[in-house]
Order: sequence, then C-alpha cells, then structure tokens
Amino acid sequence: MSPSGAELLRQVKSQIEEVDPAVVAEHLGNGMVLVDVRETDEFGVAHIPGAKHVPKSYLETRIEAAAPDKDAWVVLYCASGNRSAWAARTLTEDLDYKRVASMTGGIALWKDRGYEVATPKALTAEQRDRYSRHLLMDEVGVEGQIKLLESRVLLLGAGGLGAPTALYLAAAGVGTLGIVDNDVVDLSNLQRQVIHTQDRVGVPKVDSAEQTIANLNSDVKVVKYPVRIDASNIMEIIEGYDVIVDGLDNFPTRYLLNDASVRLRIPVVSASILGFDGQLSVFAPYEGPCYRCLYPTPPPAELAPSCGANGVLGVLPGTMGLLQATEVVKLILGEGEPLIGRLLLYEALGATFTELKVRRDPDCPICSREPESISDDEMGVFPDYEAFCAAAG
Amino acid sequence: MATVKIPPVLRASVGGEKEVAADGASVGEVLNALAAAHPQTQTQLFSSEGELNRYVNVYLNDEDVRVLDGLQTAVGEGDTLVILPAMAGGSR
Repeated sequence: MSPSGAELLRQVKSQIEEVDPAVVAEHLGNGMVLVDVRETDEFGVAHIPGAKHVPKSYLETRIEAAAPDKDAWVVLYCASGNRSAWAARTLTEDLDYKRVASMTGGIALWKDRGYEVATPKALTAEQRDRYSRHLLMDEVGVEGQIKLLESRVLLLGAGGLGAPTALYLAAAGVGTLGIVDNDVVDLSNLQRQVIHTQDRVGVPKVDSAEQTIANLNSDVKVVKYPVRIDASNIMEIIEGYDVIVDGLDNFPTRYLLNDASVRLRIPVVSASILGFDGQLSVFAPYEGPCYRCLYPTPPPAELAPSCGANGVLGVLPGTMGLLQATEVVKLILGEGEPLIGRLLLYEALGATFTELKVRRDPDCPICSREPESISDDEMGVFPDYEAFCAAAG
Repeated sequence: MATVKIPPVLRASVGGEKEVAADGASVGEVLNALAAAHPQTQTQLFSSEGELNRYVNVYLNDEDVRVLDGLQTAVGEGDTLVILPAMAGGSR
C-alpha cells in the first residue's frame, strides 16, 4: 500500500535538513540565500525581508536565477514548512544543490517568534488581470501600477479635454481623480465630450463623469468639485494632488492656476484647442518654465476666441486630451522625457506636429521667486487684468 | 524667402493660409513684409511703437526670438518663423 500524504511528508522531512527560524534570523544576510516558495499573492501579502521569491511550481526553472551558486547555503520557507520541505528535496535530489534546508514552521512560526516581515502593497488577483498589459511592461510593472493606484490627479474641467483624459486615466488605474466642473451636460457637448451620454443631458458634469468612471473601474475614487475655480477656493482644491490637468477655457483662470500650482509646486499638464489646432506643454514648477514664462500676458479679446464661439473639430480634444493623459502617466511613473520646457503644436488638417522650446524667464513675476513669497493678492493677476476682464465681460 | 506659420486666430487676416512666404534678412524685416502684404496683421503683431506685442511669441525655427536677438535676429533662406499667440480654448 502506498503511503498517505502525511506519511510521505514525514519521509521527505526525514530526508532533508530543517532549520529553526532563529538560525535564519541569525544568518540571513551572511551568505545565506533565503527563498520564499509560496505563491505570488501570498508573497505579496507578507514575506521575510531579504527573501527571494520562487514559487514552488516554478522551482525547477527559476531557482538558478535566485540562487546561482549550488554550493551556497539555501534555505527555503513557505507558510508552515511543508511545501518548502518538498521543494528542498527537489533542490537536493534533482537539481544538485549541496546545502539546502527548509525553515521549520514557515513564515507563521517566524512571525510568532516576533521577527520582522515585509508587507509590501500588492495588487489583488483582479487587479493583476485588469492591469496585465501594464504589468508586462518594464516601465510600469507592479511597482508602477501601484504608483498609479496611489496617485491623485486633478482635472480642471470635465469637458472636451477632460473627458478623454479622465476616461483613460481611470482605465489606467489612477487611484484618485478629482474633477472640477460646475457645468451640466448639454447635447452640444456630446460631439466631443465622450465621458457623458445623451441620457445624462442636464446632469451635472461631475456626476455624469463619476458614473462613467464607476462603470469603467471601481479602483478609482472620484472627488467631485461642482464649483467654478477662483482665487478663493483654488489653493484648497488643488493642494495634495500630484498632477493637475489643465483644460480650462479662459485666460484669467489659467493664470490663477499657474500661480497657485507654482506656490504648491504641483506640475500642470496643460493643453488648449481651437478649430483644428492644439497646444500642449508640461509646466513643472522650478524645474522648467511656468505658464507665465511662455505667455507673460494674454492676447486681447479679439485674438483670444473661445471654442464655444469658434467651433472645434470633435476629435481634436480627444487627440490633445490623450496626449495630456500620456504626460500625466509619464510624470507619475517617472518614465520618459516629459514635455517640460517644450511646447507641442498639432495642426490636424495638415497632420503636422511642431515642437518649440520654452525657456524659464529669469524675470518671471511668479516662478523667479520663492513660492512662499507669492501672496494671495497676486495670484491670477496679469498686466491689464482689469481691462481684459472688463472687455471679456 | 522665409516661411511664416500663421496661428488660427490670424489666418483670416492672411486670406485663410496656414503658412505664407515673406522676404527679409531679420525677424523684424520678415514680419514687416508680412504686415505690408497683409495689413490687418500689423496691429495684431506690433504695438504703436513698432515693438512686437508682448502677447505674441515668435520663434525662429524652434527658438523664441526673445532669447535670440529679438526683431534683429538674422533669418536665413529656408528658416521658419512661428507666430504664436496664447490659446485658452478647452473645457466648455
């Protein structure tokens, strides 16, 4: 009669060396290679600091990467000391490792003894599936995906630019999306504002956007600001966000946002659109130029038409909004070359991109100074401000 | 002959063109030639003192002429000038 599982385990344990957690605690980091043979999700919840991870099911193919020296002292552990016993026998008998042991009692006993465990943030099984195309990329991976999930991005406007940006940032797993918009969905918005739907005409845009995002990705928390941003609320709203996405429709608020974001050192991914033309840049305070370095004063009203008055090709805010979303993701991941100190112009009819250099202005009224010296009264003010605003009505 | 890229808000003043060719050995000369050919652009580009309006950025190829020699910056054959007023269209 063949032995029962329990008997077989006893036999295996009699054939291998077992070591107490105290021995591991004493020798870890002193030439001992410690290998966790549990599954990925178990390792993600908690593991012994310094341990390498080779799931038992991949032992034969992956152990040599974790422990290339077959004469090294290799200690395996699992949850309670059983799987690691089997794995130790495999290493010894099949893979020719010379000095292998299994840690008695596994990580459970290790923890009972009061030794330290690392509890890294980990993705759930569902998240690993949802973000699997990110996890396959070296530039993102688990670490990058966790950065995205822990990031806070503020969208100024859930309109033409904000709609596609919000959709893709939500899909990418940006954990907190703040949305500032005091408008309601209008039928004429739906030609380009793809986050809204025709059954939500008349609904506040922040509510409509929240509903679409909730249906797309429940990992994302939406923080709604159904207000018009102004000098009295901007500092309170933007504080604590990692990146701001500017899709504002007027100059005074763009200057106000610039000044507040410089004060709080928050990077702004800025885009604007008109007709078939779009502009895009990243303003990273004190690292590159600010919006005022690029545009010290706004143009007079006749040279500053809005989309409402002049029309915009419906797909153009999609193009520009997704370029913004791309820059946001790059900033969060810390990958690539963000569009800092560069202005990208896109002309849709000719399908041309033009890149211009943007320099920091050493005499910039805002970013040439220390952020603490910028006062509330100065924020959003620019030369001829009163005349501009009077003309704009 | 330099090529001048015209921003959307000025295109009506140059007959709807996205690019126009203009002669001149400096940025100032090229822009003056543009204003001579398309008089409506004069007040959009220049102040009454003849200075470039502060709300208009001009780039020689990819560099802001203000960090070069301003209107005196030399322009060669085949160079491109980009006229760029600020744009604020976005959200609504």
